[in-house]
Parts: sequence; C-alpha cells; structure tokens
Amino acid sequence: MKLLEYQAKEVLSQLGIPIPSGKVATTPDEAARACAELGPVAVKAQVPVGGRGKAGGIKLVQTADEARAAAEQIIGMDIKGFRVPLVYCETALDIAQEVYLGFTVDRDARANVVMLSAHGGMDIEQLAEESPEAIARLYPNPWRGPLNFELNQLVWAAGLGSHSRALVPVIRQLYRAITDYDAVTAEINPLVISKEGQVVAGDAKLETDENAAFRHKALEERYGDVVEGDPYEREAKKRNLTYVSLDGEVGIIGNGAGLCMGTLDLVQRAGGRAANFCDIGGGAKAEVVENALSVILMNPNVRGVLINVFGGITRGDEVARGLVQARDSLNLRLPLVVRLSGTNETEGREILRANGIEPGASGWEAAQKIVEMTR
Amino acid sequence: MSILLNRDSRVVVQGITGREGSFHTEQMQSMGTKVVAGTSPGKGGTTHLGVPIFNTVADAVRETAANAGGIFVPPPFAADAIMEAAAAGLTLVVCITEGIPIQDMIRVKDFLRLHPGCRLIGPNCPGLITPGVAKIGIIPQQFSLPGHVGVVSRSGTLTYEAMAALTSAGAGQSTIVGIGGDPVLGLSFWDVVQLFENDPETTHLALIGEIGGTDEERAAELLGRGSRLKTVAFISGRTAPEGKRMGHAGAIVSGNRGTAKSKEEAFSAAGVRVAETTDELVEMLVGAPAARRPAGEHQTEPGQS
Repeated sequence: MKLLEYQAKEVLSQLGIPIPSGKVATTPDEAARACAELGPVAVKAQVPVGGRGKAGGIKLVQTADEARAAAEQIIGMDIKGFRVPLVYCETALDIAQEVYLGFTVDRDARANVVMLSAHGGMDIEQLAEESPEAIARLYPNPWRGPLNFELNQLVWAAGLGSHSRALVPVIRQLYRAITDYDAVTAEINPLVISKEGQVVAGDAKLETDENAAFRHKALEERYGDVVEGDPYEREAKKRNLTYVSLDGEVGIIGNGAGLCMGTLDLVQRAGGRAANFCDIGGGAKAEVVENALSVILMNPNVRGVLINVFGGITRGDEVARGLVQARDSLNLRLPLVVRLSGTNETEGREILRANGIEPGASGWEAAQKIVEMTR
Repeated sequence: MSILLNRDSRVVVQGITGREGSFHTEQMQSMGTKVVAGTSPGKGGTTHLGVPIFNTVADAVRETAANAGGIFVPPPFAADAIMEAAAAGLTLVVCITEGIPIQDMIRVKDFLRLHPGCRLIGPNCPGLITPGVAKIGIIPQQFSLPGHVGVVSRSGTLTYEAMAALTSAGAGQSTIVGIGGDPVLGLSFWDVVQLFENDPETTHLALIGEIGGTDEERAAELLGRGSRLKTVAFISGRTAPEGKRMGHAGAIVSGNRGTAKSKEEAFSAAGVRVAETTDELVEMLVGAPAARRPAGEHQTEPGQS
C-alpha cells in the first residue's frame, strides 16, 4: 500500500521522528482555517505518486485567503492519473541543510539497504547517477537490524558526522518502519536540518508490502480508502483479480503474469495498444474468466478483447466452454479473439469455432487479428 | 542428463495434505518422482497418497533419507518452512508459494548463508522438471520431452508455452527451471546458467526473462565470458507500463538497468541472440519454425538432425 504524505508522517511521528505541524484539509475552507491557526504554510496535494511539485500540486501561502485559493485549485486536480482528494497544510520550515534518507529493498543484493546523502532534494537520482559515492549505504543484518556503530559509520561516510547525535536516532526509527510495518520503501527527502541542528522530516514516502498486508490490518483500515485511484482497478481488487488499466483499445486476458506481459508486447508489435489487462492466474476456471471479462468490459475504451490462455492443469476444452458461457451471459458484442494452447487445445479450438469464436493459431497471429478487428 | 533433479532425488513435500499439495504430489508421483515423505504438523505417523507423513522435516530426513523438498504451504508460514528444510539438510528446496512477504524472504536469504549446501528455487515459481525423470512443483509434464535444451525462466505460463513449442518442434529439454517472479529469490539466472554450463548433456539454452531487477543483465555478463551453450534469450514486458513510483530510493539502487531494453542490449553485447516472441525463441533454438505438432510425433533433438 502506498501511503499519502500525511499518512506516512503520522506513522513516522508515531515511530518518534519529528515532523512539522500540519493539518489535513478536504475543502478550501478547512485549508483557510488551518492557515489561520498555523501561520504561513505549504499547501500540498496528497497523491500516492512522485512529481507533484512539478505538476503544480504544492503552493506556499502566507494568509488564510491565499490558502483557500490554493486549496480550491489543488483539490480535485489530476496528478498522473490520481484525483487529488485532499491537501495537507504544513508549517513552512527554517532550513539550514537538506539531507536525503531512504530505505528500500535492493533486489540484486536480496537485502535491505539504508541510504544517506548530505545532498537531499529533487536531484538525488541525478546525483546517484553522476557521483554514486555521495550516497552512503548500509546493508543491515535483517534479523537484528542496524547496530549503533554501523549507523555512526553511515553518518560519517555521508559526510554528516557533525550531526550524528541527531541523525542516528532518526535512521534507527525509520528502520522500524521495516520491522513494524513491512515497508518496502521508506524515504524522507528532504530530511531538514534546522539552523539549531534539529532534524525534521520535510517530506515522507512510505510504501508497504502487499504480501504482508495480513499482519497490518489496522494500517489498511485506517488509510486504505482515502485515495480513489482507478475505479476499474478498485473493482478488480474487490473481485480478487490482478488487473491493470492502460490507455489503448484492446482488452487482454491471460493466465500468468509473464504470458500477460508477453501478450501486451505482441499487441503493440502488431500496431495496437492495450486498454487493460487481467491476469486470471494458473487455473483459468469458467467463473474466473467470466469475472475477468466483465471487469475488462467496464472500460468503455475497449473495442475488442484478446484472450491468451495456456491450458496446463486446466484443460483447453474446459477453458473454451467457460469462455463461450461468459461471452453469452455477458452478451458480448465486441470482437473477440482467443488463443488457446496446451492441454486439449484441439478440442478447445473446435468448441470455440462451433460457437462462432475464431481461435488464433499462435499468440502473434491472434494479436494481429484483434488489432485488425479493432482498427 | 540434467541439473539439480535426477533419479536419485528423494523428495519430501511440506504441506502435502493441503489441496494444492495433494494435487501436485499426485502429479509428481505420476511421472515417477520419488516422493518419499510428506510433512504436516500433528499428522505424523499417518500416510497420505501412499507417502509416510512426519511432523517435521528433520524427522522425514532421518527416517527416509529425503534430500530434496517441495513447499506448498500458505504464505504466512512459507519462510519458516524454507528455513526448516535447509536446517534439516535438504540440498534442494523448491518453494511454490506465492505471496510471501519480502522481509520474510530477506531474512531467509540471510539464514541460508549458514547452509551453503542448500539450493533454493523460488518462491512464487512453478518449480523444475527433468523430463521423463522427475519434477518438483507444478510444471505440466505432458508438454515436456527428454532432450538437450536447458530452459530457465522467471515466468510460469510463458515457460509452459516455450516448453510445449520446443516439444512440438521435436526439441527435448534437459531440465526446465522456473526461478520465480518475486524480487527476492533463491537461485538466480546466473546460478542456473552456470549449472547448465557444467551439464554435458545440455547443448542449448532458452533464457526467458522479465523486466525488473538486473538478474538477466548479470547472466548476460556470465554468458559473454564464453559459453559452450547455444543460447537464445527472450524478455517479456518490453511494452509494460512503468510502475507509478513514489520515491527516489528504487531509482537510486537500480538506475537505468532493469528495463527490457537494457536486458536485450546486455544479451546482444554478450553475443546472445534475442527473440521477440516465444515462437521466435524456439525457431532460433532449433533452426526451424516452431511447428505445431502434438508432442511425441517428432523426436529429433537439436544437434542430432
């Protein structure tokens, strides 16, 4: 789950990391009241994606009226596909230095990595590219977490030794996001050091592991419903389907993530674009196919559907019968191309043909066919 | 004739009494895999599918000399199951379970450093099969054919497709290994490529990768150092949308690597041919279009015709 900034800050604050004072506002009036109470604030769009500053989602304001106007502009705005549901009004900070502090899973090392750099801010990726040595890294033992001397080494390696007394506890607290909440990414950028040497989280990003959601039900209940995101993706999630919205015109159903991705590639290669795809997993049972098809068809941009199924344990004739049944019960009138391979593929193809569905011999041929039919 | 799995493999199945565990154990048995034990806490002393059940893997190893394992337990308990298998001395552990928390797997990887003799495949993988001999996992054996093409893949169904196409083109396989789709895995492409390199019976290699991570790039580097295998690579996801990323941390760690383009370039630079579709992959490997004949009709293996 991707937490919004204010949610991530609530969590970090509970872990003991200092955050600036701030208030959530869902209406312009609330934003005005927040400013009246807090003084000059940054009015910040709350979306689960980076780059909101560049998209005009952050405004610095001095007065309540300015705050109201800013919130009016920002709430409801679309940032990279997310409608901004609310803003976070936060006290402007007295900044002496901006530091980068981040944690993520380094999949090549199959380990957690904590990263610290004296140069925080938006250009950190460029810095990583140009002078990787400016970012100090620590791979803590995953059973016991980082030891004090390791954190000290990290801070000195980043050239921030003079702030170690303030920084070490913050890094240790951020690391608890991993052990306590199964974070896969936790980032404070910038981590602000004030003129008095105090450390405050200027921004916060926190993403938790979906696979570990079963042990963090409270977090899901508290924060799960704030962001609306894609309505089709939400519906698919309710039905326990793996579904992704895209912006083309061909709906795609496949069994298995690799096969789905391979099918997207084939459609693009044939000159078309996928509207969405749904991974129905290994089994491909009739009711799952029907469910997937109905979610795929919710998107009005879909002009045709390509189904690519490999029958392993599930037999091709069973899959074919399920498909015919799904098409009929959903009263599907759009072009449909099915590519069926694997167990009992011949019988499956005969069933499809007998019911007016033309089976594609290969994935490539099927992709070309659906692209032609949806042109 | 194979890597990792052969006639001497004696398999213990963890989670054998569950629905998935039962179904796939029967499939494994039906192709001759020696399933010598199962575990299910509290059911020790009983039998299931003709296999003796033990409470712990350590008991199973002591009583049946099991040396390999398959794991079909639910995600909250799977990490512990892997460590139990490694601690009991199994040399090959295949974890099929999908949905294990990443932090659990990171701890498992650290634990496995204490058991260097244990090779883990997966999790979130279809397992492996040595055609005509044995399998651990869920790869549908009816599409396999004994032969000399090694297959290593991160995907499930895409592997089955490639296997079925190879078989119908008459190109048998030495061993097919699905290493799994999770970010934190046991064996990597690098490890499996090295095993195939050292297997005299494997002459060809199909490598099926996916976007994300840099395991493919690293395998390309290994193959670029010189390889006796005739290798063709395929990367799926070249048109997949980029994930909506929140922070910079991921980008700092992976930079520009991990894309389909970076992987394909790495293979090309290593002198490995890159296919654009799975059909093309098979075509390049066997030198002829992937004919769609039913399995078993055509038995010529690559290098012999």
